Amino acid sequence: MDAINYLSPTAQMILFSALKIGVVFGVVMTAVAYAVLVERKVSAWIQDRVGPNRTAPFFVDYLPVIGPFLVKLGIFQPAADGLKFLLKEDFTPSYVRKVYFWLAPAITVIPALLTVAVIPFGSNLGSEKMVIADLNVGILYTFGIVSLGVYGIVLAGYGSNSKYPFLGSIRSSAQMISYEIAMGMSVIPIFLLTESLNLSDIIRYQAEHGWMILKQPLAFVIFLIAAFAETNRLPFDLPESESELVGGYHTEYSSMKFALFFLGEYANMIASSAMMVTLFLGGWTLPFVDALSLPANSLLLGLVHIGVFFAKMAFFMIVFIWVRWMLPRFRYDQLMDLGWRRFIPLALANIVVTALVVALFNN
Amino acid sequence: MPQFTDLLFYALAGLTLLFGFLTVLNPLSRNPVTSAMFLVLTIMSMAGLFVLLHAFFLAAVQVLVYAGAVMVVFLFVIMLLDLKEDERRHFNKIAVGLGGLSALAIAGTLVASIVKTVPVATGAGRLAEGETKALGRLLFESHLLPFEILSVLLLVATVGAILITKKDLR
Repeated sequence: MDAINYLSPTAQMILFSALKIGVVFGVVMTAVAYAVLVERKVSAWIQDRVGPNRTAPFFVDYLPVIGPFLVKLGIFQPAADGLKFLLKEDFTPSYVRKVYFWLAPAITVIPALLTVAVIPFGSNLGSEKMVIADLNVGILYTFGIVSLGVYGIVLAGYGSNSKYPFLGSIRSSAQMISYEIAMGMSVIPIFLLTESLNLSDIIRYQAEHGWMILKQPLAFVIFLIAAFAETNRLPFDLPESESELVGGYHTEYSSMKFALFFLGEYANMIASSAMMVTLFLGGWTLPFVDALSLPANSLLLGLVHIGVFFAKMAFFMIVFIWVRWMLPRFRYDQLMDLGWRRFIPLALANIVVTALVVALFNN
Repeated sequence: MPQFTDLLFYALAGLTLLFGFLTVLNPLSRNPVTSAMFLVLTIMSMAGLFVLLHAFFLAAVQVLVYAGAVMVVFLFVIMLLDLKEDERRHFNKIAVGLGGLSALAIAGTLVASIVKTVPVATGAGRLAEGETKALGRLLFESHLLPFEILSVLLLVATVGAILITKKDLR
């Protein structure tokens, strides 16, 4: 460890940033794989089935009791799924616009992964802050990157050069643009209260004044529902509604390219869960316990903070999955009506009321 | 590391110019969607230039509003119009003339303002560094009237757009 102290500050910064990026990337990828497993298991339980319980690599035989139990839980299923995606034939139809067809899956995944960069997923380990980039305009960065995610879907529909994908991508981009407005407006009251766009500042504020979900329940509800629309999840999965559009924008995709869309969806779910935890549930803090609401002074406490953050995030992931298997799909006009004529006015009213309260009582 | 930022500036400025050129005159493709995508790349590299100036707020808003919202709607319209005959190389003389004229006007304005500007000692960028608050103050205190006029202009455009799309006006 002493060798690190001999490096220049810039070199240390680069080293630690690279380390954090690597670890966060690995964790997000693993989380995506296991989110798919949880999705399959939860859907199975809800529909009174068993779910994946067969995948068993050779070394399971050497684990006496735990082995079969892990197999039953489907712990090895994600590896099999991933391998399947990699090894399947990657088919490119002859009529597609090749450049866009190839670009679209990548453009879908990259923004989803970039959003995680500004989220403080813990206080600190040693003297390192547990956030990749502590930007002063953190939240604007997130919204900017998220808004670029639309291009992946638009280009997938355009590049596929076929009717159902095109309809799916048109639906999706209209839906995402509409709900982005509601989402963006729903968080403005938070900044009115915290007087900062920095996500670490917002967590600090919540540690002192209580969680945002208690102060801004309306903003939370709007954000949560808009997050469902932004990630194209049921009840708002119009873009890919299989009964109408076969599979929507990814109908023509196969193998790893299809897997990238899949990955993008789950990475987006993880990113929006992390955003909700940070904005509304106090991030890595817990109320009533001082040790858990102040920056960590030991490695163990730092790890506990990260654990708290992940537990909260897992909660939102379960909600995402649970809702998908409990609710039917909206009709397209209902979706647009909800976005434009209910949420946007509500969010605007919330801004005005919060601004009035802040102006009257905070001076 | 002054050299490194200089290098980044030239790289980003070069990219901005290159992408801008490819937006209007792409030798490889006359596809309007490609032009639109290159415009998005131009906007993103300009956001990079803003970051170099420590104007993070401007950079974020640039990406959020122009790349994320305006260009998506553009792309939408282009894709739905499906401009088949426009893919052929043909120039509308009036459009070229008017375009050249407005380009000249913008260039003139830019050159004039660059000539007029007195260079400030380094450190002027400090104010913009994440200071969204300072920017808001500036907008709502010293430049309130132009800001409000712009807002009304946008509102008029919105109302106009809705009016045009209504078919059964009485």
